[in-house]
Amino acid sequence: MSAEIRLMRTPAEQALSAALEQVPSAPGRLNELRRSAARSFNEQGLPHRRVEEWKYTDLRTLMREAVPVAGPAGVAEAEAAARLLAGALVRRIVVANGAVVPELSDFSELEEGLSLLPLAAAVAAGDERLSRLGGLVPARYDAALALNTALAGDGVLVHVAPGATLARPIHIAHVAVGQGPAASYARSLVVVGEGARATVVETFESVTGQADQVNSATEFYVGDHAHLDVVRIQALGPAAVSLTTLLFEVGREAQLHDFAFTSGAAVARTSLYANLVGEASQVAFNGAVLLKGRQHADSTLFVDHQVPGCESRELFKHVLDDSSRGVFQGKIVVRQAAQKTDGRMMSRALVLGDDAEMDNKPELEIFADDVQCGHGATCGAIDDDLLFYLQARGVPLKEAQSLLVQAFVGEAIETVEHDGLRDALIEQAEAWLKARG
Amino acid sequence: MPAVQETVEQVRSIDVDQYKYGFFTDIESEKAPKGLTEDTVRFISAKKNEPEWLLEWRLDAFRRWQTMQEPEWARVSYPPIDYQDLYYYSAPKAKEGPKSIDDIDPEILATYEKLGIPLRERDALLGIESTGGTRVAVDAVFDSVSVATTFKEELARAGVIFMPISEAVREHPELVRKYLGSVVPVTDNYFATLNSAVFSDGSFVYVPKGVRCPMELSTYFRINERNTGQFERTLIIADEGAYVSYLEGCTAPMRDENQLHAAVVELVTLDDAEIKYSTVQNWYPGDKDGKGGIYNFVTKRGDCRGARSKISWTQVETGSAITWKYPSCILRGDESRGEFYSIAISNGRQQVDSGTKMIHLGKNTTSRIISKGIAAGYSDNTYRGLVTAHRKATGARNFTNCDSLLIGDKCGAHTVPYIESKNASAQFEHEATTSKISEDQMFYCRQRGLSDEEATALIVNGFVKDVLQQLPMEFAVEAQKLISVSLEGSVG
Repeated sequence: MSAEIRLMRTPAEQALSAALEQVPSAPGRLNELRRSAARSFNEQGLPHRRVEEWKYTDLRTLMREAVPVAGPAGVAEAEAAARLLAGALVRRIVVANGAVVPELSDFSELEEGLSLLPLAAAVAAGDERLSRLGGLVPARYDAALALNTALAGDGVLVHVAPGATLARPIHIAHVAVGQGPAASYARSLVVVGEGARATVVETFESVTGQADQVNSATEFYVGDHAHLDVVRIQALGPAAVSLTTLLFEVGREAQLHDFAFTSGAAVARTSLYANLVGEASQVAFNGAVLLKGRQHADSTLFVDHQVPGCESRELFKHVLDDSSRGVFQGKIVVRQAAQKTDGRMMSRALVLGDDAEMDNKPELEIFADDVQCGHGATCGAIDDDLLFYLQARGVPLKEAQSLLVQAFVGEAIETVEHDGLRDALIEQAEAWLKARG
Repeated sequence: MPAVQETVEQVRSIDVDQYKYGFFTDIESEKAPKGLTEDTVRFISAKKNEPEWLLEWRLDAFRRWQTMQEPEWARVSYPPIDYQDLYYYSAPKAKEGPKSIDDIDPEILATYEKLGIPLRERDALLGIESTGGTRVAVDAVFDSVSVATTFKEELARAGVIFMPISEAVREHPELVRKYLGSVVPVTDNYFATLNSAVFSDGSFVYVPKGVRCPMELSTYFRINERNTGQFERTLIIADEGAYVSYLEGCTAPMRDENQLHAAVVELVTLDDAEIKYSTVQNWYPGDKDGKGGIYNFVTKRGDCRGARSKISWTQVETGSAITWKYPSCILRGDESRGEFYSIAISNGRQQVDSGTKMIHLGKNTTSRIISKGIAAGYSDNTYRGLVTAHRKATGARNFTNCDSLLIGDKCGAHTVPYIESKNASAQFEHEATTSKISEDQMFYCRQRGLSDEEATALIVNGFVKDVLQQLPMEFAVEAQKLISVSLEGSVG
């Protein structure tokens, strides 16, 4: 409550502003999009704890330095790094250091109705479907998104024609490789046409323990009656900074199910913005976050009910070991027109480490009276009674804990519909528990 | 659900234009010159015959206040307040300080009679006996000064000090100096700092070791004068093993302009002590178009300093154009307990941004928050709360339940809880719907043969009554009259 403090620009902000001066010019509308994003970053910089949306993730402090923008990745390097879901029945596109690696990507034999191409290629070809790029804008300035808009040169354009059904999930595998910490920016656009059905998987990996800064933003347009499943796995190296922005627009009677598995990075922030613009759609945003050491992960959701009759569900499970810190901020907005909204948000945290911290901020902002909205948040250690029950039956302590943690995160993972992906996620959780010992 | 319908009708019937305490008492008053300067602060201090240290304390606060900015984070909006266009001190003109109740201006006595607050002890006794309740000692604050305190002698026999704070400064300087500003520091926030500079009166309560205060204590605040800010300061100390229940009520005349009320309440409990603080806030809310009404910017905080101490806040908020109020508990002592029960009703153009803070510092501390918000008309009703457990606060437990109900589609209900747990053994639960009843409780009821509906009704009823039942009997009646609203069938 003191006087406005003029903030000094941090070295990171200065370095980022310098990088923004190098923004290559792009054709047409994209050029202005990039320039205006760069301008707003130069004006507003990185968020700090006085910025309400970033209260618990003070990027100014957590991202002291900005590392140089990554150069092109070697094919072999990228191939070695992309290990998640290898061998799964997916169509894989590898995005290494923010650029699509055609040698490792499967653009062949596209199903009917599917267009899939590197974003850079679409930009170069002046693809008119790009008119939707940058079309979803959060209400408030978002530094991570501004940087991404200005600096991302490549990514994936997925376009599913109305009525088409994709047989295989599309897997966008982001990898950070190379010597020395580097920053990469990737931007993707996913458009699922009316009545179409698709599954998109995004994974994030890095081989080294380098302090890479991985910034990714994806816009999803879910058409009327369309059905989209999104699965994200963030398993970056333990020193990385991960900034992810997801923007959704959901049409009438559509179904969207998004699931995020987070176990990587030193600092991870996911901002998810969902605009429900068509009546009677159903959306779910679920997640499992498993952290150890001094990891920090922040999942922030804005679900904006603009029209009547939509249903939204959020279920987040945090498992916090050692002195890690989990943050969940979820905001459900119900506009005056959005009568008959049914919104339910649940955040549960299991705290294993004595020094771990969980910050929950579930918010409701409701302007319509005929709604069913609620949120819950719990946080605590493993129930001693449950442990005792298992131990009394001869299960050793560690194993008993593992079982209970598995059951705990299992509830969220079970919501993933795709069998193969669900199994892969369960494996990820098991591997995390095994590594814990 | 019929319960919902009943609620809807009852709230509608609380017409905003039917504020029955809106009369004005025409009484000559003595005011400080309009505006706020160091001279105003000196004037108030001189009026109160204050010692030098308190004047310095005020001036220090005033200087700090000048460097501060009004907080903007709350979900309320109002035109900027011109702090130079207010009177900071207004007192009913009296020839001499009233020696006894008979010396008080009959106009003022009549005012309190009209408000249903008996200041004459024999009336109080008569009135109370006929309703069969217990006795209540009242400190009546009229604009900037305390005009009467009842049952002083009987309280003194028990060792309880209950007097206007201006008197306590002179008679018990050691206590006031030790505790004043120790819970809400001078620099705490914009309005608390303003209050520290210009506070005029308020109540002071000290309950000595092991004493259970023989009666309820009560302060009744009345803003009468035009363009006057009321800045009262309440300080309540419960020494080891003591217990006191304190009630607060407030009303103001109907006026077209907004009036500022920026109070500070500090509570301190030492080992095994307990303070129960109840408020029925019924300041003038403004007319149906949002003209006039009180800006209620209040800082209330309790410090559970001792082990096993307890502070409980109960509030029924129905008035004020804008409410900005977060009664908090600092749970410093091991095994201390904080409670917050709130019913906040907003109608017309009212804006409420209220909630609580439970700050767990000691071991095995527990807290409970039950908040029921009802928004009607064009109002906005926000619950904003913080529950935090410090690293060393092992075994901290919190249960929070905040429900809100919207009546009509022009109003808004918002929930902004902050839940921060910094150690593994802390156990926090937060829920924000009535339908989200703990499965354990349902299971318990079902196991005993209740159907789901019966079980739900039982548990929900229990929750709602929790808030009303927290009020002392005298206030519960008033509160029920004020709202008589059933809270079943709420919406997040």
